[in-house]
Amino acid sequence: MVPTSYYILLSALLFTLGVVGVITRRNALVLFMSVELMLNSANLALVTFAMARQDIAGQIVVFFVIVVAAAEVAVGLALLVAIFRTKHTTDVDEINALRG
Amino acid sequence: MTEIIIPPIDWRVAAQLSIIFGWASVLLVIALFVPRSRTRIIGYLAIVGVIVAAVAGIPLWGVNAETFSGMLRLDAYSLTLNWLFLASTAITIALSLDYLPRQGIERSEYYVLVLFATGGMMLLAQGADLIILFLGLELLSIVLYVLTGFAYPRIASEEAGMKYLLIGAFAGGFVVFGIALLYGATGSMNLRAIGETLARQALTPEERTYLLAGAALVVVGFGYKVAMAPFHMWAPDVYEGAPTPVTGLLSVGSKAAGFASLLRFLVEALAGEWQIWAPVLAALAIATLAVGNIGALTQQNVKRMLAYSSIGHAGYILFGVIAAGATDGVAGQRGVESVLLYLIAYTFTNLGAFGVLIALEQRGEAAWDMGDLAGLWNRRPWLAIAMAVCMLSLAGIPPTGGFWGKLYVFTAAWLAGMGWITVIGVIIAAVAAFYYLRIVAQMFMAEPAREAPLPMDRALRVGLTLATLGVLILGFIPTPAIDLVQRVVLGVRG
Repeated sequence: MVPTSYYILLSALLFTLGVVGVITRRNALVLFMSVELMLNSANLALVTFAMARQDIAGQIVVFFVIVVAAAEVAVGLALLVAIFRTKHTTDVDEINALRG
Repeated sequence: MTEIIIPPIDWRVAAQLSIIFGWASVLLVIALFVPRSRTRIIGYLAIVGVIVAAVAGIPLWGVNAETFSGMLRLDAYSLTLNWLFLASTAITIALSLDYLPRQGIERSEYYVLVLFATGGMMLLAQGADLIILFLGLELLSIVLYVLTGFAYPRIASEEAGMKYLLIGAFAGGFVVFGIALLYGATGSMNLRAIGETLARQALTPEERTYLLAGAALVVVGFGYKVAMAPFHMWAPDVYEGAPTPVTGLLSVGSKAAGFASLLRFLVEALAGEWQIWAPVLAALAIATLAVGNIGALTQQNVKRMLAYSSIGHAGYILFGVIAAGATDGVAGQRGVESVLLYLIAYTFTNLGAFGVLIALEQRGEAAWDMGDLAGLWNRRPWLAIAMAVCMLSLAGIPPTGGFWGKLYVFTAAWLAGMGWITVIGVIIAAVAAFYYLRIVAQMFMAEPAREAPLPMDRALRVGLTLATLGVLILGFIPTPAIDLVQRVVLGVRG
């Protein structure tokens, strides 16, 4: 059996990838995907710990996280569509009316 | 096959939450049958629901119970905060009743969404389990993303909504991963259970790594939500772009709820690790104070200035949070009290300040420049007085609510042994008074820059009066509020 720490290492790696993606990429859609990666890496960690401890709570939380992620993306895409209609771009650097 | 046993539910604990969520769902249906020209009715009905929920809380005072397998708790702490959230919701709706039609964005969903946001805040105050904290946080945040972008197709509002959503989702990722690691370290999501596991000191080195990393990630996630430095950069843009009543709700409700759950998390689950997190949070508090107040000093846009000022206030509240975890019982108790008192004072003050901005805002024209406030005393004396009271309270000058909040926070920090940090805080507070007083000077001494008629609606007037009176009453007669918060006991001491 693969030790728990390997899974956690993998999920930490995925989480870092997600964070780096959010920080470096500029397309709003890619940003959403990076955030999804962060959430799903957390899901991996949750099921791993649930498995290691033979405890159901961790697996239940994963469902909540999936639902919340879906709700968040629904709102996000709606906002993105609204912005695209006015500005015709999905590049977050060009969405810059507010500053100072 | 084993039978599934559903544990009995103590409905007292969930009473206020059920009223708010239930009423919001009912209103969503009622709104279908209300003609567009009468949308206001939904707003009034929403206020009725808020009042009912607040009254339903009165017989619950003194209840100390938990339900849903210890996930939801009702104690003096959460009840006090629930009342605060309900008050801020009622004032926000009153301020919106006039603002929305004036901006041409009156839709009945607005009031329903505000109610859902309130429910999210109450979940954060009552949550005793990491799952509930996560759900409350996301419920509040997702609703606030929608509300922030509510003034579409105004690009500033859409953009603010987008920025808030991206940052909020990012922060949410931190919270979830932190929760996963905390779960891995302790095998539980219940705050008290985590605290007990830590008290037994039975963690392996590997589990300890998970614990510290997880706690750090959760604090970072909440740091984004309450806009503490260095996770504050979204706040000025979002505050500026959002419809002004939403900005008010954002600056008080989401901050108060974020701090409420952060405080419970730190005190109930991580009290044993105070030696580790106190210095870190103290550094963050100083950074937050510096960033917020320096940012506010140079702002000409009043709405942005208030955004920076609210970042700064997060720093003062952090002082109380740190003190609340102190191993010394007296300092800890004083810390919890100071956070609550500060939040109460801050809520009324900020809502009042944003209420004045709402009154000044004309259709399609932003009146947030410092110059727009010039000579307000000659044009609208009552508005000028309300703004002056709020500015004095934010600056922490007696006899206003803000003064008692600051006094309590600094006392708590001092008692917790953070001597030099308290001194820095007091110095920054003195410097910060400058930009608040600059606004007062503008209103009372400068010549009016323009002669604009300022129609004021009754609901707006009531909301503004309530907020300002709240600040003044808290300032002149602080005893009832202090009595209230002194009955609140939190954490291992409770």
